[in-house]
Amino acid sequence: MSNPAEQFRRSLVIAKKNIKIYYLKGPVIIFGLVFPLFLALAYIIGRNIPLEEVLPGLIGMTTFFTATSVGPSIVPWETRSKTLERLLCCPIALWTIIFGDMVSSFLFGLVISVIPLLYVLTLNIELLNFIVLLFSLIIANFCFSALSVLLSAYPPTDIPATSQMLSSLVKFPLVFISGVFISVEQLPEWGRIIASFSPLTYFTDLTRQLILEKGYYPLALDLVMIVIFAVIFSLAAIKLHEKTLTKRLS
Amino acid sequence: MESAITVQNLTKHFGDVTAVDHINFSVKKGEIFGFLGPNGAGKTTTIRILTGLLKPDGGTASIIGYDVLRNPIEAKQCIGVVPEVSNAYIDLSAWENLILIGRLYGVSSHKLKENTTKLLKDFGLYEVKDKLVRGFSKGMKQKLLLCMALVNDPEVLFLDEPTSGLDVESTRLLREKITQYNRDGKTVFLSTHNMEEANQLCHRIAIINHGKIAAIDTPENLRAQSMELQYIEVLFDKQVNIQEISKNPNISKASFAGNRIRVYTANPSAVIEFLVEFAKQKRLHILSLNTMMPSLEDVFIKLIKEKEVMPV
Repeated sequence: MSNPAEQFRRSLVIAKKNIKIYYLKGPVIIFGLVFPLFLALAYIIGRNIPLEEVLPGLIGMTTFFTATSVGPSIVPWETRSKTLERLLCCPIALWTIIFGDMVSSFLFGLVISVIPLLYVLTLNIELLNFIVLLFSLIIANFCFSALSVLLSAYPPTDIPATSQMLSSLVKFPLVFISGVFISVEQLPEWGRIIASFSPLTYFTDLTRQLILEKGYYPLALDLVMIVIFAVIFSLAAIKLHEKTLTKRLS
Repeated sequence: MESAITVQNLTKHFGDVTAVDHINFSVKKGEIFGFLGPNGAGKTTTIRILTGLLKPDGGTASIIGYDVLRNPIEAKQCIGVVPEVSNAYIDLSAWENLILIGRLYGVSSHKLKENTTKLLKDFGLYEVKDKLVRGFSKGMKQKLLLCMALVNDPEVLFLDEPTSGLDVESTRLLREKITQYNRDGKTVFLSTHNMEEANQLCHRIAIINHGKIAAIDTPENLRAQSMELQYIEVLFDKQVNIQEISKNPNISKASFAGNRIRVYTANPSAVIEFLVEFAKQKRLHILSLNTMMPSLEDVFIKLIKEKEVMPV
């Protein structure tokens, strides 16, 4: 009953429920679709840059915004509607719920971030390694999803808009320091140091290497760092949600 | 008889407030156990600990032998919960809510569809099974919550104010279903304000106040413990001076209840004799005379008041 495989199966049930309920919620559409779309348009239109130069940042930004759009809302929403209590009365661990939230956030990001990837394929842009790009896209999506669920843990609010707003406070600065608009090597020294603490830096750097064959970090380091961030964010999300649960339920 | 729920020295503090204060009780398998208390007495906190929503600060609690702290998943696998506030997913249909909960309990697909269909039909929700819960009335939501609590066929059912705010028909249906479920040998833990409900449904009742258990017994025994609360209601054909009746040493208190006189006594037979004699002397006719046992509500108020005046 409490074995991890069974709990994992139950987390997929949670994810399926989230997909049905939250994918079409206003904040998810705004932060996950409308916002990255307009940011991408603002980034592309009026700039005389070849498409290949734009694509790494575009893929990074789309992946980051879409994968982090569902996560911040779920727990506050479920706290408000008391459905979190309903889930916690079921024979599932808290990590099962949190992991289910990450999976639903991950799938949303993955589906949407495939669009710029398809664009790459349609334009016949030469890639260093498509499989690595696909793999890193999956890992990065999971990493950003875990970050978004982590951001919903504190403060333990029951107002989804508050959680979205606070997560935006973290997300926006990250986009600007992670080599999306300016590559890492063009950043000043202090900027490069700050950028090294962002998971998005490594994903953008990785896509830049695969599309433009130029990057700041070694390819393997980019991949390893994304995996490390994914693990840290996942564990931190579970721990922080455990810590704030009593306050959330009171 | 084996215990379905065992609670020992259970304690929970919220800051300086002790919500649950070293309480002890056990609920036998197949029993309907009532949990009564005024607002803020500790009822919901106790249920939240037993259903895994809160961690106690002290003491232990187990369900079907599983410690709620050490084996929470196993303990929760045996229970169904109907909370005080509706918490079905309003953006899902009734059918989807039941399937979701069933899957979270690991009920097999075939069994789950069978249970879901049966429950929705039993509770008169089958016709609206594909409608979003958002459009359901309070009664329909409450029925759905009970369906959700029963979909895994639990050993123990926790109900927190299940009929609060419901119309008579829905209340009756829910009570019938709870009784029916209990007849199948299942255990029910019922938290309620409703004395009549507790009296009608429960085999035993615990009264909790200020986080402490004031009494645990059958409704009959609880009433019998408060025999001084039994009373006689008498109706004479003419007005009488109540002061003259109050003088009788067997009468602890006399008051008007509409046009009747209500006299409280621990010795009803002596008081009946006195009232008959009194009527003869005053040339009155007794139109009606009833001996009333104390209601559970009387016992409840007495116990709560006793605890409140007890020195700390």
